[in-house]
Amino acid sequence: METQQDLSAEINAIGDAYARAVKDGAPAETQPRLDYAPYRSSILRHPTKSLHHADPETIELYSPAFGHQDVHALEADLTIQHNGEPQGERIIVAGKVLDGDGRPVAGQLVEIWQANASGRYIHKRDQHPAPLDPNFTGVGRCITGPDGSYKFTTIKPGAYPWKNHVNAWRPAHIHFSMFGTDFTQRIVTQMYFPGDQLFPLDPIYQSIVDQDARDRLVATYDHELTQPEWALGYNWDIVLTGSKRTWTENEALGAAGDEE
Amino acid sequence: MSNQTTKLVPTPGQTVGPFYGYALPYEKDNELLAPGSPGSIRLQGTVYDGAGEPVPDAILEIWQPDADGNIVKQTGSLVRDGYTFTGWGRGSVGYSGVYTFTTVNPGPTSPGAAPFISVVVFARGLMNRLFTRIYLPENQEALAKDPLLSSLDPERRRTLIARRDPDGGLTWDVRLQGEGETVFLDFQ
Ligand SMILES: [Fe+2]
Repeated sequence: METQQDLSAEINAIGDAYARAVKDGAPAETQPRLDYAPYRSSILRHPTKSLHHADPETIELYSPAFGHQDVHALEADLTIQHNGEPQGERIIVAGKVLDGDGRPVAGQLVEIWQANASGRYIHKRDQHPAPLDPNFTGVGRCITGPDGSYKFTTIKPGAYPWKNHVNAWRPAHIHFSMFGTDFTQRIVTQMYFPGDQLFPLDPIYQSIVDQDARDRLVATYDHELTQPEWALGYNWDIVLTGSKRTWTENEALGAAGDEE
Repeated sequence: MSNQTTKLVPTPGQTVGPFYGYALPYEKDNELLAPGSPGSIRLQGTVYDGAGEPVPDAILEIWQPDADGNIVKQTGSLVRDGYTFTGWGRGSVGYSGVYTFTTVNPGPTSPGAAPFISVVVFARGLMNRLFTRIYLPENQEALAKDPLLSSLDPERRRTLIARRDPDGGLTWDVRLQGEGETVFLDFQ
């Protein structure tokens, strides 16, 4: 099986080629490469033809509606889903969901899932021999406020090993799923923590070849968000692709959001 | 709202990974309508990789107008009441790569338009979500006039049109790579 050295050589070669291309005038890349061989499972799972440009039409210019009927307010606190307190470092992760024009995405669904403090998921396919935590499931949901804000209370997830290559470890991360005002803004991504030493080694994080773009997935430690004697705060804003819809004035002001 | 002159740069996507299975699926996630209810159809298909093997860890979402072509603005997709059609659903594939939805045939959103279902595909090993469309096979005239379909070669165009099953349902497969590769869309 391949070593981290083999993988890192591939990752660095792709990174160097990108840096040269940018120097020669190529535009900065803002999304991960679909064709990124260092993540081995992607080799047979990326389209080989380029994506076909299309103008979004009708249904694509709208998003499904979610409301407080769909999500209970307590689902935003991942530390109270069981009888006891989960192990680990309690954290608050908060920020805003914005569209490409800086408009808040109000009343929309945000879903998260993550490993526990030991780096173990409650998932039958997770074979990592680290302890499960009977007091932590690692799934949360919320509906954004009128200003696009979201806020979760959880514990800091641990790094975990995976089988991409020998000694492959994922940097600690929280999976995020968001909707915009247009279905074409749908995004699933991962939020990371600042200063993680595993960043240069991880083919999933490195599949975004541009450093500025990668930085957009890293939360900021926010002492204003930190609560005394209680939890550390991290801030992370999400920017969706621009809305193509022609907005009415009320929608632009966020009045279409679910503000119960 | 003040005039925005600077566009913000979008946050990158990342793979859904292997462990979404205890987080994203929920009860009746793939039942936009109760199975067997009047007007309901089964939409099903298989997700394949570049070797032609089924992908056992993919998850799809569909978003569509109702049977009359109306774009629905009803909440309640996550806690379905059994009566409200919300137009959106989520379906994970099983071990054999097969997904299933219970839904309705989407109606045309304007007279003479080709009805379609908007689809987003996520999978372990897929770095970012992929958008595509499922068109109904029936109205040849509407399909011929459709702006997206008419911009594609006949061979590629076929990948976006579902087959009608004998029971009235629809079958539509996703081929992530290689022969018969599905047309995936870029809206930017
Ligand atoms: Fe993960």
